[in-house]
Amino acid sequence: MNIVIINYGAGNIQSIKFAIERLGYQAILSDNEQDISTADKVIFPGVGEAGSAMAKLRSSGLEKLVPQLRQPVLGICLGMQLMCHSSEEGKTQGLGIFDTEVVKFPNRVKVPQIGWNQIENLKSPLFQGIPEKEHIYLVHSFYAPICKETIAESEYGLRYSAALGKDNFFGVQFHPEKSSAVGSQILRNFLEM
Amino acid sequence: MLTKRIIPCLDIKNGRTVKGINFLDLRDAGDPVELAQRYAGAGADELVFLDISATEERRKTLADLVYHVAEKVNIPFTVGGGISSVEDVDILLHNGADKVSINSAAVKNPRLINDLVAKFGSQCIVVAIDAKMIHGEWKVHLVGGKVPTELDLFKWAKEVESRGAGEILFTSMDHDGTKNGFANDALARLSTELNIPIIASGGAGNSHHFVETFIKGKADAALAASVFHFKEIEINDLKKELRANGIPVRL
Repeated sequence: MNIVIINYGAGNIQSIKFAIERLGYQAILSDNEQDISTADKVIFPGVGEAGSAMAKLRSSGLEKLVPQLRQPVLGICLGMQLMCHSSEEGKTQGLGIFDTEVVKFPNRVKVPQIGWNQIENLKSPLFQGIPEKEHIYLVHSFYAPICKETIAESEYGLRYSAALGKDNFFGVQFHPEKSSAVGSQILRNFLEM
Repeated sequence: MLTKRIIPCLDIKNGRTVKGINFLDLRDAGDPVELAQRYAGAGADELVFLDISATEERRKTLADLVYHVAEKVNIPFTVGGGISSVEDVDILLHNGADKVSINSAAVKNPRLINDLVAKFGSQCIVVAIDAKMIHGEWKVHLVGGKVPTELDLFKWAKEVESRGAGEILFTSMDHDGTKNGFANDALARLSTELNIPIIASGGAGNSHHFVETFIKGKADAALAASVFHFKEIEINDLKKELRANGIPVRL
């Protein structure tokens, strides 16, 4: 299987590569359009700030490619957020795959949310074999509200989307590569789709 | 619900794990990668690696260690110790660290926090603060707690937050190594006055100390070393006790 992790200079992608290797697969890091278009599975990572990550995506020409992909695509953390139509962070225009905006957590909770929270109302083959209320690891200040594309929910002062899904596109706010056995299973489900 | 985190801390010298009692008198407690895997399997929520080597090759040794930990471990980890530049952080994050922790370098050059946050994002920048009570006031200390400053703990913590740090790791030098419990009054004040997560460090001796630091100290996470390294506390048992006390944990 040909797995590509999109390398556009955003974040800790080494950990995602290692997590895939622990599942017995190999992944390559690439920003090459040909590699990405012909991959069986595409992972769209990202940590950091939305505006600068989107600018990097634009300058590497991947902004147009990603929404046109037909194979399963998994956005992780900021990757998921950039797949939405916009983010309040840096007033950023996103890729518009998911029809929701991304907004900042209110000040009544500590921001960023850092740590292990639970996922529930799981509605996707991505979560096959994962019981409700399992714990996953998150680090984020912005969130996607509950919307029609929500496939997993979580709660931090309010309910928000822990994962989004539409056609061949999936996005997870949490880090499956850092979420112990539960995260490995979710990553495996994606790779074996 | 967001759970409270239990974080074993591994002190690293020349690629090996050590633990200082009051930051002196080091004892060897094993291979860091193996120990990290053991903790991940035992239910640790996160790990912190604190490098205390002072050799020329430390940068490369630490980057190698980070790479090998990231390869094997499926929970997040933070790396700290002697990090003083954007380039240092870049190397560690690229090798697979999830977060980095800066301490003395931030006090000497607070602007570094802004620079790191702008380049890598708040979520991976932890500022570690070592402090000690002097004449009734909490004063920030540098170089592993050896050098006192005039800086007030709470004032500095607020500045750290306003410069964009994602988290604060607070170690009380008065409590570290004593096994008499965490500095819960100072922790509660930090947690109330700031709106970023606070990690409690220094003083863990038994399970009840963790219960207290989450309830009285309002900590978001608690870090300890020797009680875990020498198996005085098993993480799973600790979490069961926390849950029995109404504290949300990942079990």
